[in-house]
Amino acid sequence: MDSPYSLLFWPLAALIAVSAIAMVVTQNIVRAATWLLFTLAGVAGIFFLLGADFVGATQLLVYVGGTLVLVVFGVMLTAQGPFISMKIGAGEWAIAATVGIGFFSVLAYALINFNLEIPSTPTQATAPAPSLTDPQQAAAKPPRSLAPSIVLGTALLGFESATPVEPLTGVQNVPASLVSPGVPNATPSGLPRPPRLRTRMAYLLPFEIVSVHLLVVLIGAAYLARSKRRRGVTP
Amino acid sequence: MTDFLKNTLGLSPAVADALVVFIAVNILVAFVAGSAIFFIWLERKVCGRIQDRLGPTRVGGKFGWLQTIADGIKLLVKEDLIPGDADQMLFRLGPYIAFCGAFMAFIALPFADGWVAKPLSIGVFFMLAVMSTEVFGIILAGYGSGSKWALFGGMREAAQMVSYEVPMALCVLVPVIVAGSMDLNYVAKQQDWLWNWYVFHDPFTFVAFWTYFCCATAQCKRAPFDLAEAESELVAGFHTEYSGLRWSFFFMAEYGAMFAVSGIAVNLFLGGWNIGFLPNWIQAHMGIFANLLGVVVFVLKAWLLVFVMMWVRWTLPRLRIDQVMMTCLKYLLPISCALLLGVGLWQALMPVIVGRIFSIVLCALSVAALGWLVYTLLTTFTKLPSGGVPNLWTPTGSARRDLAKT
Repeated sequence: MDSPYSLLFWPLAALIAVSAIAMVVTQNIVRAATWLLFTLAGVAGIFFLLGADFVGATQLLVYVGGTLVLVVFGVMLTAQGPFISMKIGAGEWAIAATVGIGFFSVLAYALINFNLEIPSTPTQATAPAPSLTDPQQAAAKPPRSLAPSIVLGTALLGFESATPVEPLTGVQNVPASLVSPGVPNATPSGLPRPPRLRTRMAYLLPFEIVSVHLLVVLIGAAYLARSKRRRGVTP
Repeated sequence: MTDFLKNTLGLSPAVADALVVFIAVNILVAFVAGSAIFFIWLERKVCGRIQDRLGPTRVGGKFGWLQTIADGIKLLVKEDLIPGDADQMLFRLGPYIAFCGAFMAFIALPFADGWVAKPLSIGVFFMLAVMSTEVFGIILAGYGSGSKWALFGGMREAAQMVSYEVPMALCVLVPVIVAGSMDLNYVAKQQDWLWNWYVFHDPFTFVAFWTYFCCATAQCKRAPFDLAEAESELVAGFHTEYSGLRWSFFFMAEYGAMFAVSGIAVNLFLGGWNIGFLPNWIQAHMGIFANLLGVVVFVLKAWLLVFVMMWVRWTLPRLRIDQVMMTCLKYLLPISCALLLGVGLWQALMPVIVGRIFSIVLCALSVAALGWLVYTLLTTFTKLPSGGVPNLWTPTGSARRDLAKT
């Protein structure tokens, strides 16, 4: 426990995990939506804990509204009697459990094998090696960097090389070899190379098209679910 | 304050942080609960006066100022009923979610320059996001009660809230565009002199203030938008089945949310904690008292807006649900979209000097209109109807003197 923040992490993680499991297990659709709300609020709490206030607030705003609509639809479409519960067959349980455990193990495998530690940069290597007797120097490990997320983010926007012209907040000493492997980071004159636009494949456009596709699905659902009205007959 | 604890008292940073958070949260809880007590008393007095009654007069001597405390004690000792048909978990959860949603918004609300529990660079966005969770508690209460009245109230509230969030957020964006920041502290700091208040900045912010206020009233489910309770149709709507302390949690949430949305309006449009005159002199000469004065000014401004909400509630009749939805989707939403577009164009194209002249003229006109309104309100009552109703009303005091003159 190096700070109160890591102390706060565990209750939030427990909240997320417990309410996620409860959401799957419960058979009442409104209760499931409530548990989902707690899961998503817990994720928002994690974002706040990490200092990503904007993402956290967006998570709250978007998903609370989303869950709300889920509750409304759940009540409107399923409530033939009070507090209807959904029965789930054994076959569905088996399929869902297989898919869930498979996805979980993929994520767990990726996270365990993912090296978050950054090898020390040349400037740090030339510095005197930290002696274990000095607690201050021992604590000053090479900083954990956001390099993988930078690679992902720039790939989304279609940039190939991701050298920030100005240092981004929260990013310290990203080694050039990690950010764009194989691409020399500096021009011969010593200036940082501006990011090159990768026209071959940007993920932003497919991403946006998928979101529009969601809208199409919504409109289709609204069309299918609306009450059929015969022509010339007032409802 | 963290520095004081760390350096003077020699506490470790983690303990100092935790202590500061603890103190801030306690102050906020006390403020929210205390202002709810005050607002409930004020609501009864305002309602009484508007309906030509006196309101509470007896408890606590003058003006019935202890009435809410008496009500609170009554609520505390009331039996905590849960209907047999209710979904126990959701029924219990509802009031807490509603209160948490309303209370957490105060974390990002600055009361004076830098006096905010947690300075956030996206303060207003955070407040809107957190306050949208309040509606979830109300819908859970409506659904979990196992009552048709409550379910109707909850569903109406869901429809209303999901729609009104959109124009409200768009109206909030208008002053945010002018200020270039979502940090409420920064936005309020920009508005030092009276004519620098963003409500006077340009025609779009002026309209945006009123549109925002409409949406905020709907967001707090206050009349004329109180479809979720609608006493005359739904008994008491979503809180039909609640009693005692759980019921009072809903009201703390409602009055807390009223203050929170008014606080956003004050910070975004009405100059925050600034009085509007001699801001530099106050900063330079008053030291810590400048901030204390700021808190008083800010709270008074927000109370004024809450008072206007009460005034509107007891003056206007309730809208029908289709009228509520039509007001939002056909009028407020296009208006707020146009305001957003307009303020962007104004910021981009209008010369600075025109903007300055406009804001000063608008400010002067508004002050003149407000003064005229107050003058009319104060002088109307001296002109009583002559004669009086036989056996019911006989003129006394100044009215009798007026009659003697005629």
